[in-house]
Amino acid sequence: MRLGLLLVAGVGYLLPAALSSYQTFEFTQVFIYAVALLGLNILIGYNGQFSLGHGAFYAIGAYTTAIMTTRWDIPYGWAIIAAGALSLVVGFLFGLPALRFEGLYLALATFALALATPQVLKYFDTWTGGSQGIVLDKPSVPLGLPISADQYLYYLSLTVLVILLLLAHNLLRGRAGRAITAIRDNPIAAEAMGVNAALYKSLTFGVSAMYTGIAGALGALAVAFVAPDTFSAFLSINFLVGSVVGGVASISGAIFGGAFIEFVPTYAQEISRAAPWAIFGLTLIIFMYVMPTGVAGLIRRVAAALARSMASEQPAPDSQTAAAEAAEGNRGSARAVLGKPD
Amino acid sequence: MAALLEASNLEAYYGWSKVLHGLRFAVEKDKVTVVLGANGAGKTTLLRAISGMIRTGGEIRFAGERIDGQAPEDIVRRGIAHVPEGRGTFINLTVEENLRLGAYVRKDKTGIREDLDRVFHFFPVLKEKSRNPAGVLSGGEQQMLALARGLMLRPRLLLLDEPSLGLAPVLVMELFRIVRAINESEGVTVLLVEQDAVAALELAHQAYLLETGSIVTSGPAAELRENDSIRRSYLGY
Ligand SMILES: Nc1ncnc2c1ncn2[C@@H]1O[C@H](COP(=O)(O)OP(=O)(O)OP(=O)(O)O)[C@@H](O)[C@H]1O
Ligand SMILES: [Mg+2]
Repeated sequence: MRLGLLLVAGVGYLLPAALSSYQTFEFTQVFIYAVALLGLNILIGYNGQFSLGHGAFYAIGAYTTAIMTTRWDIPYGWAIIAAGALSLVVGFLFGLPALRFEGLYLALATFALALATPQVLKYFDTWTGGSQGIVLDKPSVPLGLPISADQYLYYLSLTVLVILLLLAHNLLRGRAGRAITAIRDNPIAAEAMGVNAALYKSLTFGVSAMYTGIAGALGALAVAFVAPDTFSAFLSINFLVGSVVGGVASISGAIFGGAFIEFVPTYAQEISRAAPWAIFGLTLIIFMYVMPTGVAGLIRRVAAALARSMASEQPAPDSQTAAAEAAEGNRGSARAVLGKPD
Repeated sequence: MAALLEASNLEAYYGWSKVLHGLRFAVEKDKVTVVLGANGAGKTTLLRAISGMIRTGGEIRFAGERIDGQAPEDIVRRGIAHVPEGRGTFINLTVEENLRLGAYVRKDKTGIREDLDRVFHFFPVLKEKSRNPAGVLSGGEQQMLALARGLMLRPRLLLLDEPSLGLAPVLVMELFRIVRAINESEGVTVLLVEQDAVAALELAHQAYLLETGSIVTSGPAAELRENDSIRRSYLGY
């Protein structure tokens, strides 16, 4: 994990030199989506709860930032933090009653949230600017750094992503992470261990919403514009797609998923202007077929197989293979979550 | 003799349906008590009632204090470990992570570390596989894990729900030998619910017989072993 993170950060920080300004913007979006998907992965992959409504939290983050920076002249840094905090609270509160629902019922309850979002945004037009939306100023480059505004947003998003990746890693590795995963694996046994399942589920929902809300804040800054129809139910479904394609029960999967939902629709457009979504759908099916545990799952399998073959070449300590296998088995859960027996 | 756990007029409900009908029983300190009963008698329900996982009526006292109506985490904190029916393995977590969940409500890091070593001493197979996902363990190993996970609480009372389920007779004997050792050397009081009456009465000091939510017989385990009707219906000889 540490190695992977260093790699992402290293490549990420050097990349803009080689990118056109449009590509810089595209990668900024990848990072932003990755932050959103990270939230969804914690919820779906680790805690076993579904959401078809995370677009709503993305919208909350985006509008919080738009309103705070344009109406109240609050610096965008504070707006991002406020967006995360507000999403956390709303997610937690939504979680309290909604989590009485399980599985498909929760999926539908959250879908209702996604459906309502654009209309709610239009309804409160004194705040949100209605259908017109709100135009934001792009953050200016601080300290007179010799980079463009788009490059600055790129670095900002990447930095936030790295921080939130580390945070997720630490959260999931410790005591809280064990409790979150235990609830997914066996809620009754988790309760028998003294884990307050209801509280943890709501908290996880809140943390998940916080991630997606922060992503929404960055998204608003990157695009410099928010409008209700950007936050349709389609966005929520797109998040779910990215999350599953990347690998729900993984942290790194969020980055692959982010790349998928950013790039695949564009390429689908290039292949067929008439039916891009058919191409998108086909790609999706191929991905699911080839990588049933997501891109991250595939990478882990390959890594585990490599470790095993290396271990068998030089009769290495058994524990190494065991650990590699453990790492692999640990993530088979993506399928379990989706109700497909492994 | 002092009772560590006492229940009187204990009722338990799933929704509106009442499953336990006013039980009275006691679990003596430092002893092994067994509750025998057929499928659907209410054994699992009885343990869930003690753990605060379902709605109850009547009174439950642990070490003299009322615990009925309290939240499961508060009951666990008092030192009541529940080894649930069907093992309750967290299949995607490693063996060690499973064990650490047993100590979830504890905060003393060094004590937890010590107790890990202690349960690895009781169950060497778990040490070997400590970094494997628990889902790949065999049924017997998972039962060992469930028991070990219960011990990680450093409990005063251990609730065991049909540990013999699905195990070969030799393994049941092995497991019960370990339970006896834990009871004797660690001073852990045990409340066991079982269908395997032969093995359970061998292990236990005190026994109760549960039928459709009511206790019909009780007494020292040695006496129940000699009881004709129990022999016919539960021991089969
Ligand atoms: N979740 C539940 N909802 C409703 N009724 C339940 C539930 N669990 C158990 N019951 C009912 O409660 C009664 C007692 O069940 P319980 O699981 O306690 O039996 P048991 O003695 O543990 O049986 P077994 O030996 O098969 O595990 C049964 O009639 C069962 O149908
Ligand atoms: Mg039972």
